[in-house]
Amino acid sequence: MQRSFIAQNPSVLWFLLALSLFTLGVTILSEAFGSGLISTSFVKTLGKTLCLCLIAVAMDVVWGYCGILSLGHFAFFGLGGYAVGMWLMYARTEALIIESLASQPIPPTPQEISDAIGNQIFGVVGSSEFPLIWAFADSLFLQLLMVVLVPGLLALVFGWLAFRSRVTGVYLSILTQAMTLALSLYLFQNDSGLRGNNGLSGLQNIPGFEQTGQATLSIVFFWASAFALGVGYLFFAWVVSGKMGSVIKGIRDNEARVRFLGYHVESYKLFVFTITAVVSAIAGALYYPQAGIINPGEIAPIASIYLAVWVAIGGRGRLYGAVIGAAFVSLLSSWFTGGGAPDIPLGFYTIQWTDWWLVLLGLSFVAVTLFFPKGIGGLFDYVFRKPS
Amino acid sequence: MSTLLEVSGVSVTFDGFRAINNLSVQFAEAELRAIIGPNGAGKTTFMDIVTGKTKPDEGRVIWGEKNLSLLGMSESEIALQGIGRKFQKPTVFEDQTVRQNLAMALKNPRSPLAVLLHKKTKSNAERIEAIAEQIGLTDSLTRIAGELSHGQKQWLEIGMLLAQDPRLLLVDEPAAGMTVEEREKTTDILREAAKTRAVVVVEHDMEFVRRLDCKVTVLHEGSVLAEGSLEHVTSNQRVIDVYLGRSHA
Ligand SMILES: Nc1ncnc2c1ncn2[C@@H]1O[C@H](COP(=O)(O)OP(=O)(O)OP(=O)(O)O)[C@@H](O)[C@H]1O
Ligand SMILES: [Mg+2]
Repeated sequence: MQRSFIAQNPSVLWFLLALSLFTLGVTILSEAFGSGLISTSFVKTLGKTLCLCLIAVAMDVVWGYCGILSLGHFAFFGLGGYAVGMWLMYARTEALIIESLASQPIPPTPQEISDAIGNQIFGVVGSSEFPLIWAFADSLFLQLLMVVLVPGLLALVFGWLAFRSRVTGVYLSILTQAMTLALSLYLFQNDSGLRGNNGLSGLQNIPGFEQTGQATLSIVFFWASAFALGVGYLFFAWVVSGKMGSVIKGIRDNEARVRFLGYHVESYKLFVFTITAVVSAIAGALYYPQAGIINPGEIAPIASIYLAVWVAIGGRGRLYGAVIGAAFVSLLSSWFTGGGAPDIPLGFYTIQWTDWWLVLLGLSFVAVTLFFPKGIGGLFDYVFRKPS
Repeated sequence: MSTLLEVSGVSVTFDGFRAINNLSVQFAEAELRAIIGPNGAGKTTFMDIVTGKTKPDEGRVIWGEKNLSLLGMSESEIALQGIGRKFQKPTVFEDQTVRQNLAMALKNPRSPLAVLLHKKTKSNAERIEAIAEQIGLTDSLTRIAGELSHGQKQWLEIGMLLAQDPRLLLVDEPAAGMTVEEREKTTDILREAAKTRAVVVVEHDMEFVRRLDCKVTVLHEGSVLAEGSLEHVTSNQRVIDVYLGRSHA
C-alpha cells in the first residue's frame, strides 16, 4: 500500500529527495560540520525557514484542500513556541541559579531555589510567583506534551464551536483573526503568566548542552526542522491522497453536496483544522529555539495573513507549492527588510526597501491572485504533464 | 405495499411567502413516481424538506417501518437513513475523476477515521464498475468529471445516487438539457433503479413522464392538485388550467 502511495504521488518522492540534498548541502557548507561557507546565523535562518515551510504545508491542507481560509494558524505556531520556551527558560534558569547558590556555605533549600528561579524569570513583570500554567515547566517531557495538547485543544474547541454553527467563508476567517488577536492581546498583559511583552528569551541556549557551541546546535536544529518537514509533508501527502483527499476537496468545492452524500462535514473540518493546528504547533516548537526569543507580537493577526499570502503565491492545493511559497517569500522578505536590497534613489524620492517591501509583496499577491491563480507551483504543470 | 415516506400537513414560509402549503403525500417501497407542476410549485422545496436542507414550519415527515421523524435530523443523518438526492443543477465534483466521484458516494463507513484509513478493495472496484456500466460511463472512469458533457454529468450524479444504495431516490429534473436519446437512456436507468427502491422524479417534460409510465403527482402552489395515472391527471380540468394549458399554449 505504501509503495502504491508513493507510486501514485511521485512528487512526494521528488520533494523528499530535494529536501535531503538540501540538508546535506547545508551541512557540508556549515561551520560545525563543513567548510563554513554558510554562517551559523544563516543556518538558523534556513532552519527557521524549514519550520515556516512546515506550517505553510499545514495551511495548504486546511485552506487549499479543505477550503477553510484560517487566518489564525500562527496562533498555534506561537503556542507551540511558548510551550517549549517555558521548559527552555525554566531549566536554564534553574541551572544558573543552582550554580550561583552552590558557593554558599549553607546549601539552599528547594524552596529557596524555586523562589530564586521565580524571581529571575518573573522579575521583569514585577512578580516572583510561578503562575499555574508553569506547573509542568520543569519537565521536558510534559512541556513537549503541552506543545501538542494546548494548541490541539484550542483548535478542537474553537473549531467545534465555529463549524457546528456552520460559520463559513469570510466569517470564519474573521473569527480566526479574532482568536489570534485575543490570544496575542492576552499574552501582552504582564499578568498573563508568560512575561507580557517581554516574552520568553534565551531560548537558543539548550539546557544540558551548555558546552556545545551554537554552530553545532544550529545545525542540529536545522536537521530536526528538515526531518519534521519531511515527515509532515509525507503525512499530509498521505492524508490528502486517497479517499480522505476526495472528501475534503469535495467539502471545499461543494459542502452541501458532501452532506447529502451522508458525510458529517463538520467532523471532517474539525479533523483537518485540528491536525493542521497541531502540526503548526510542532513547527513553532522547532522555530523558536532557533529564533532565540518569542513574544506576543509573533502571534499578531498579520502573521497568519502572511501565511495565507505565502501559500497563495506558492500555489495552493499542492503541497510543494506551499513549501516554495513559504521559502521564497520569507527569505526574500528577510533580504528586503534586513537591508539586503539596495535602496533606489529616484532623485526626488528614495525607495527604501525596508518600507516598500510590503507594498511589493501586496502587489505580488494581487497579481498572483488575478493572473496566476495556480501560483509559482503552477509552473510545474508546464514542465511535467500530469498523468491522470 | 407499505409506506416508505409519509409527508403530512407540511408548510414552509419564506419571508411571508408560502412555498409549501399543507402538503401531504406518501410514497411506497420500490415505487416509481413522477412529480410535475408549474415553475415555483414547490417541487424542489419539497425535496429540500425531505433531505433536511429546509426546516418546515409545521407538519410531519415520517420515514420507514420504524416511523422515524426526519425533521430533527441533519442532512448527513438523513442521507445515511437511505435517502439520496440529485440536484436540479447537476452537481458533481468537477475536479475529481468519475471513479473518485463514485467512490466517494459508495456505501461505506463515513467517519473521518474510517475514510482516512480506507483501502481500495476489489469489491468496491467491482461495484464502481457495475454502476459505471449502468450509467454508460465505463470508458470515462479515469476522466475528470468537469470534462464530461452535460448529459454525462447528470448520469454521473444519478450513478452517485445509486452508489449510495439508498431506499429512496429523489431526482430533480434529470432530463433537463438532454438530447432525445439521452432522455431515453435516463428513463431506462430510472426505471431499472425503481425495481429495487423508491424513485421520485421531478420533471417538466411530459414526454419523459409518459415514458416513465408511473403514478403522477401534480403540485401547485405548494400542495397536491391531483394524483393518479398520467391519463387521469391530464384530464383533470384544474390541472389543465394551471399547468398544461400554460405549457401547451
Ligand atoms: N430559500 C428560499 N428563499 C426564498 N424563497 C424561496 C426559497 N426557495 C424557494 N423559494 C420560493 O419558493 C417557491 C417554490 O420554489 P421551488 O424551487 O420549490 O419551485 P419548483 O417547483 O422547484 O420550480 P422549478 O420548476 O422552477 O424548479 C418559489 O416561488 C421560490 O421562489
Ligand atoms: Mg425546482
